[in-house]
Amino acid sequence: MIYAAGVDVGSTQTKAIVLNEDHKIVARCLINTGANVSQAAERAFREAVASAGITPEQVAYVVGTGYGRYKVNFGNAQITEISCHARGANFLFPKTRTVIDMGGQDAKGIRVGEEGDVQDFVMNDKCAAGTGRFLSNAAETLGLSLDKIGPISLNAKKPVRLSTVCAVFVESDIMSYLAEGKTVPDILGGVHSAIAARTVALVRRVGIEPEVTFTGGVTRNTGMVKALEEKLQLAVNVCEDSHYIGAIGAALFALERATAGVTEIKDVDLQAGTAKPQVVLPTSSTVPTAH
Amino acid sequence: MLDNTEQKKNAGDLIPLQSLGKKGSSPAAGVKKDDTRPDYQGKIHNLQKDMIGRYYDHLTAAAEGKGGKSVYMMISGNPVELIQAFDMIPVYPEVNALQLAVKKQSLPLILKAEEMGYSTDNCAYVKADVGMYFSGCKTPFATIPQPDLILCNYVGCNVYLQWFEHLAQYSGRPIYNLDIPFSRSESGEPSEADMSYVVKQLEEVIEVCERLTGKKLDYKKLQRIVALSGETGDLWSEIKKLTRQRPAPFDAYFDSVTMMAPLYCLRGTEDGLRFFQEAYKEMKQRADRQEGPLPEEKFRFVIEGPPPWPFLRAFRDMFSRWGAVAVASTYSTVGGLWEFGFRHDPLRPLESIASHMLQWNLTNRNFLHRYQQIKDYVEQWNADALVIHSVKSCRLFSAGQGDMREYFAKELNVPTLLIESDLEDPRYFSEAQLRNRVDAFFESLEHRKLMAAK
Repeated sequence: MIYAAGVDVGSTQTKAIVLNEDHKIVARCLINTGANVSQAAERAFREAVASAGITPEQVAYVVGTGYGRYKVNFGNAQITEISCHARGANFLFPKTRTVIDMGGQDAKGIRVGEEGDVQDFVMNDKCAAGTGRFLSNAAETLGLSLDKIGPISLNAKKPVRLSTVCAVFVESDIMSYLAEGKTVPDILGGVHSAIAARTVALVRRVGIEPEVTFTGGVTRNTGMVKALEEKLQLAVNVCEDSHYIGAIGAALFALERATAGVTEIKDVDLQAGTAKPQVVLPTSSTVPTAH
Repeated sequence: MLDNTEQKKNAGDLIPLQSLGKKGSSPAAGVKKDDTRPDYQGKIHNLQKDMIGRYYDHLTAAAEGKGGKSVYMMISGNPVELIQAFDMIPVYPEVNALQLAVKKQSLPLILKAEEMGYSTDNCAYVKADVGMYFSGCKTPFATIPQPDLILCNYVGCNVYLQWFEHLAQYSGRPIYNLDIPFSRSESGEPSEADMSYVVKQLEEVIEVCERLTGKKLDYKKLQRIVALSGETGDLWSEIKKLTRQRPAPFDAYFDSVTMMAPLYCLRGTEDGLRFFQEAYKEMKQRADRQEGPLPEEKFRFVIEGPPPWPFLRAFRDMFSRWGAVAVASTYSTVGGLWEFGFRHDPLRPLESIASHMLQWNLTNRNFLHRYQQIKDYVEQWNADALVIHSVKSCRLFSAGQGDMREYFAKELNVPTLLIESDLEDPRYFSEAQLRNRVDAFFESLEHRKLMAAK
């Protein structure tokens, strides 16, 4: 059996996926990235491999993606998360034409072709408005945990209108609404709706065509899924694995390279056409042995 | 956020799984470090260094009272031929500012200007220059002389007007602002009224120069100088057309920079002409030998906007590692649009200088003309893509680039990448963000090529 892995090192969380040659996901791992990026990448990879019940040596090809992709030192290739999200979304939802990705510090829109190829993309620039960071700042100001704010926002009766989408100034906005006696659900309803509006405006630059697939860490927030659907007037594809889509895309690229010549290559890197299945050999004694 | 230095610094820390079966299939594979040097490394590289070195020596001599009179000017569509006719030395605050950025000296000067009250959103060229002015005018390349005349030509950039007015106020020296009407006709052709309005002002500039130097204008000398500019323009235009070839013999963005300095600082001189004769010879030979700046030309792109001067090398590397070569750049036409037919004409010296200012430089043109220019490059220079490098501190020319992206990506179906940093201020250069966008863009281009080949 040939195995391939994708490691998505994001600004906030690191995700690893192991696929087998039948394109089945055999392991997932999700950890916080923290300060040591290469360590996080390696830990996520090892934990995923361990939970798959295989050894690192059995993984034929590893693709790193995300901001920390160049820190996936043990990887065979690095591919941007833009290509990987498009590819992963196409794998889980083959009719995807638009990807909306909301991560810890990134919001992006990708127009996707039938092959899962990137036709155009836009990203937020030098500003964290519209990203997971905005939501976590809002949660912190209200003294709530991040996983609570989505469900609470669904109970909003009259969502407030935020005067800012700035991830820093949102705090003072929230404080003043609290002082006015607005309810927490209404404030959170306003927070989600403001972010959805900003993200949809960003993604419109590449053109929004159905189906729309929502990817990244913020997919776990049910309030944001609803807010996006309201703004788009469209249903968005979300599933349990949405958070892992970047890593899944990376693993798919890795699998193609590992099985080059066996299956059809849909690769972004021409040089990968020559890659053959290969065994990944450890160079250090710290690599865990098979169990 | 990871920047390159962090990557290098941490390259050795905890990599127990490092290089496991590494195939080297990252895009950098096959591209040697030396191939990504930020400046052109041919023979003319040294000639340029010598000539520009001498130009700066003249500035230092003038600053020490041992040289001629100096005139502050801006680059775009300027009347340097008039200044040369009076044997005065042109001084370009924007060239000085960019040199400071290349030498990584701009930030403290920018901060000094901000302390004085210049806004964070103000053009960083202005701030670096003002900071330098109040730091004794000493730079690693020259001592910048005080102006004897400040001659600003208003070609599209109103910030430059204020910049030069500030310099006039700081130095207490005379200023003349040439008011150049913006391009308004569909063809870009100026009206007769516009032409005579500018020619009249040039005649006033001549009077100002005569008073300043105590010399009458030698009209024959002006004609000779304009003829030199005309011949220089012929050669520059031919050089720029060489990149229509595959592979392009040089990078029309990163290597054009080497030739732009002599074009601006030495135009209208024998030295300037000689430089372009040599440059044409060298580039033509490279073209005939099918030599390009990279081992393999995989992508050809057109680029809009000036480079991030403080990070020229890192920026070039982002493209070189993908085998991507700029075959045309709008930035190299800020000084003039020679490859589209403009020439200085010794038989009509003032009129041709006026038409250079009115019609034949990038900054005095409207957006539709800018679109057309890029469209011509994409079609005639056979480019695969357009890259727009937007400048954070230049709202004037960056505003509208979002629409430009839309137009090329959606209406003309030209793959277009819009990225942003700054031409002078290192604080706006986020290497990880830029690299991510550039990598993703070329990944998608590579995928398209692969699909097309199937």
